[in-house]
Amino acid sequence: MIRVQNLTKKFGDFTAVNDISFDVAQGEIFAFLGPNGAGKTTTIKILTTLLRPTSGKIELDGLDPTVKQKDARQRFGIVFQDPSLDAEQTAYENMDLHGVLYHVPRKLRAERAEKLLKLFELWDRKDSYVKTFSGGMKRRLEIARGLLHTPRILFLDEPTLGLDPQSRNQLWTHVKHLNETEKTTVFLTTHYMDEADRVAHRIAVMDHGTIVAQGTSAELKEQTGSDSLEGAFLALTGSSLRDEGANSADALRQVAKMWRR
Amino acid sequence: MGAIYILWLRELKRYVRSRVQIVVSLGQPCLYLLALGFGLGPVFKQAGQGSYLQFMAPGVVGMTVLFSSVFSGIAMLWDRQFGFLKETLVAPVSRMQIMIGRTLGGATVAVIQGTLILVICLIAGFRPHSWLAIPTAFLFVVLIAVVFAALGTAIGSVLNDMQGFQLIMNFLVMPIFFLSGALFPLANLPFAMKIITKLDPLTYGVDGLRGALIQTWQFSALIDVSVLALIGVLFLSVGAYLFSKIEV
Repeated sequence: MIRVQNLTKKFGDFTAVNDISFDVAQGEIFAFLGPNGAGKTTTIKILTTLLRPTSGKIELDGLDPTVKQKDARQRFGIVFQDPSLDAEQTAYENMDLHGVLYHVPRKLRAERAEKLLKLFELWDRKDSYVKTFSGGMKRRLEIARGLLHTPRILFLDEPTLGLDPQSRNQLWTHVKHLNETEKTTVFLTTHYMDEADRVAHRIAVMDHGTIVAQGTSAELKEQTGSDSLEGAFLALTGSSLRDEGANSADALRQVAKMWRR
Repeated sequence: MGAIYILWLRELKRYVRSRVQIVVSLGQPCLYLLALGFGLGPVFKQAGQGSYLQFMAPGVVGMTVLFSSVFSGIAMLWDRQFGFLKETLVAPVSRMQIMIGRTLGGATVAVIQGTLILVICLIAGFRPHSWLAIPTAFLFVVLIAVVFAALGTAIGSVLNDMQGFQLIMNFLVMPIFFLSGALFPLANLPFAMKIITKLDPLTYGVDGLRGALIQTWQFSALIDVSVLALIGVLFLSVGAYLFSKIEV
């Protein structure tokens, strides 16, 4: 469903993603783990057509998203790391707007919106402005919205960031349910090892722009001789803090952005 | 088409729902109208130019449309900040459609604002030479709105923070307003000033409005419409280009 071969992305001299390759099968839940600044979000941005790769080949559902941009966009849904809802509109209006942008016919739009809002327990609040929603509700709405056009692939970039354990738990239950009922392929990134361990079929660990290991949770544990995924993760990526690195990488991205303008 | 419509509708909904903002954004033109209109009125009359209120009302309408339309484009900063822009950029519609939907939405809001202020002018005592002039005036309101909504979109596409917004207000929007002849007659200006006012797109909009409403032309309807249409096309192209270059 997703095929990435030798993907590289450079911002000026800085290499954010360095020659990575991986495959995600149809119906699979695939998790991308890695410290801050490892290149996870950059990879998602490239897969979702928001950034162009410097080199390498990518394929989404048999399409090259750098060439068939619109067709590729129609096939995936995305929940960004930071919120992307229109706070000044109601939950239902947000869903409807999304449906129009994704060419979902009116009748189907209404059906899907109702079904998904009910599934994510937001139907009662469908006519409330999004600005009145809690963090967990906003996240649920974003996922519901991302699924409105029945995408074949769902990208989730740290969807549980800043949520309480209840909301996190509920969110993953929904995602698993969708994966089972609608056969949606899910590509996610997270910092919470327990989530990846629980939800993902396969995991890739990324650090400094490269994939340092990939396999099932059990395989990763075995490979590193650890008894938890967290232990495996730390064994693979070391225990030094990355905040500095992440910031300087971000700063570099900013500079690169400015120069391209 | 659906995408253009829904984004246009979104701008309109946002406008209608923010009642406080409607009042606030009408406050400033009202202040100009009352303070300057009545304050400078006697001086203007002594100079043998007739009623200042009559003279400046079309200018204040032009100003309202200018501010409102540029703001709508720059409001993209908020969408960028709150992430909604990304949702539209990753959708399977062309950037062109998104840009057109947003710009038309902003222009429509500006037209409504302009119409409201015209009504306020009428209440304050402004009288057009003929009621038949209203449709012509409306045409100019639409042209001004499209020109400056496109400019706003272009600016909004390259601005990254609120500091830039202040910069644009002080060094672009205010000069466009003050140098447009909205507040003073363009006849007998010093040479340099004459050149500058002729380079200001709003000059032609205000001239068109004033010509239509009180039949005082500096140029002519044909010149005003052609210049505005030309600049409109130019700004729309630049706006579309810059919008297509946005990276999030």
